[in-house]
Amino acid sequence: MTEAAVPLPVLRPPGPLARRLAALWQHAWPVLLVVAIGLLAWYAGAVALNAPQVSERLDGIGDPWGLPELAQGAWAMERPVLPAPHQVALNWWASVFETEITSPRSLVHHAGVTLTATLLGFALGMALGVTLAIGVVHNAVLDRALLPWIIASQTIPILAIAPMVVVVLGSLGYPPLVSKAVISMYLCFFPVAIGMVKGLRSPDPLQRDLMRTYSASGAQTLWKLRLPAALPFLFASAKVAIATSLVGAIVGELPTGAQAGLGARLLSGSYFGQTIQIWSALFMAALLGVALVAAVGLVERLTMRFMGGRA
Amino acid sequence: MIQERAEHLSPAAADPQDAVVAKGLSLVFQTADTPVTALSDVNLTISRGEFVSFIGPSGCGKTTLMRVIADLERPTSGSMLVNGVSAEDARLARAYGYVFQAAALYPWRNVLKNVMLPLEIIGVPAPARRERALKQLALVGLDGFERKYPWQLSGGMQQRVSIARALALEPALLLMDEPFGALDEITRDHLNEQLLRLWERTGKTVVFVTHSISEAVFLANRIVVMSPRPGRIVEIIDNPIPGPRKLDVRDSPEFAAVAHRVREALRAGHSYD
Repeated sequence: MTEAAVPLPVLRPPGPLARRLAALWQHAWPVLLVVAIGLLAWYAGAVALNAPQVSERLDGIGDPWGLPELAQGAWAMERPVLPAPHQVALNWWASVFETEITSPRSLVHHAGVTLTATLLGFALGMALGVTLAIGVVHNAVLDRALLPWIIASQTIPILAIAPMVVVVLGSLGYPPLVSKAVISMYLCFFPVAIGMVKGLRSPDPLQRDLMRTYSASGAQTLWKLRLPAALPFLFASAKVAIATSLVGAIVGELPTGAQAGLGARLLSGSYFGQTIQIWSALFMAALLGVALVAAVGLVERLTMRFMGGRA
Repeated sequence: MIQERAEHLSPAAADPQDAVVAKGLSLVFQTADTPVTALSDVNLTISRGEFVSFIGPSGCGKTTLMRVIADLERPTSGSMLVNGVSAEDARLARAYGYVFQAAALYPWRNVLKNVMLPLEIIGVPAPARRERALKQLALVGLDGFERKYPWQLSGGMQQRVSIARALALEPALLLMDEPFGALDEITRDHLNEQLLRLWERTGKTVVFVTHSISEAVFLANRIVVMSPRPGRIVEIIDNPIPGPRKLDVRDSPEFAAVAHRVREALRAGHSYD
């Protein structure tokens, strides 16, 4: 080749930031699409559900009106059947960021009250679930005697149990926090117990035989084999448990006539027809639930990395 | 035919020099439909320092016999003495190290911690634990891999970790149940040779279950040929090939002669039917 080299156009690979943004977009666009469709449906639903009230009012004014006036009215009502998303968002923003935390109108305050009961109930539920599972795995009598009751306990609707727990614990002088935590515990020990029974039984026969060749005690086998082997199962259960624990805490706030907590906020909203307040409390509960499950997931990842899991 | 040295025939003469003495041993598993005779009238004596291998087709009871030695199964009748005491007492005294068909490492423990596991269980203090585990890892040629987790190792390395773990309590008796069965032939050859060097250096008693004739002949001083339905000992063959054996001994005529005898014994036990 004698020809001088023709300069080729340089194709520079995209920089790290551009690549990361592209990757983010790859993950984000399906989510954003679903959100957009959901919002559109919600706005349409708000018009449809609020239309009777709005059209009545517009008729009363007497001016001719069409769909734009109907939509405008439907998205700006004070007590709509279904509030528009932006109304909920604005209310949420105002009661989270523009309200003193000590104020009874602060959603942060209410969320904090519910969170305390949720975490206490979750801790109690984990302890109860793990204890029951250890008993069931180590004792054939408990296995036969306990498991049916554990399963039966979950067939009773929590709404039927909650008022009784509140009344009984209240008459014994316990604060509402304890009643709420107990209701949470009642809901969330179940997935923990079921998951842990499976997890504690997960070591294969060779791994168990190995302990036998060392003449290891039951406690040693539990600590050094069964519990570590059960941890992945425990975390899977814990994610379900913390979400149900939140539900339990909110349900526990309904019959207590509680002054504070997301459940109390829902209840007072429904007393006074404050639908926007109800929806923003609901969103707060959903956010709290997502955050709690994510927190459990984070602890899980850290633990699994510490235990030599594939990064 | 059961070959039995005369001096061990009477139960009273439990020679503490013998690592394993089985007399009239039978084991019947009660399954859902029919009872299965896994072992039928097994008589066997293994002296200290011997390398004995059990060979036979699947279902001949070789693993079951090993598990009876380890007190992982209880015989239906007959007696089993390990180091002059009952198999159960021997297990409680942690008289043996057991290597399973699979490495059975605990995946949440790194290599060093897997080897330290038995030492933790018997309550060896932490610094001594580490030192002893490192010594065993060096013995199986795995120094430098302490911090690796099982999934980061090849199958052969995992099995070496499990051998180091079995050696950690420094037992005089090593029970190995088809430890290299799942490995490729090249890795298996290599580990066989390493195992022989280890045995020559430590003088331990090794009982080795295999279904490979060449593995049995290469490793063992005595080859216990077993046969299925019911599981029983067909013949016990002395292996005269002198040590230290190198891999190329397998090309020698004497190796072929011993292998031939094993094959004949298997045929006599209808193992090829």
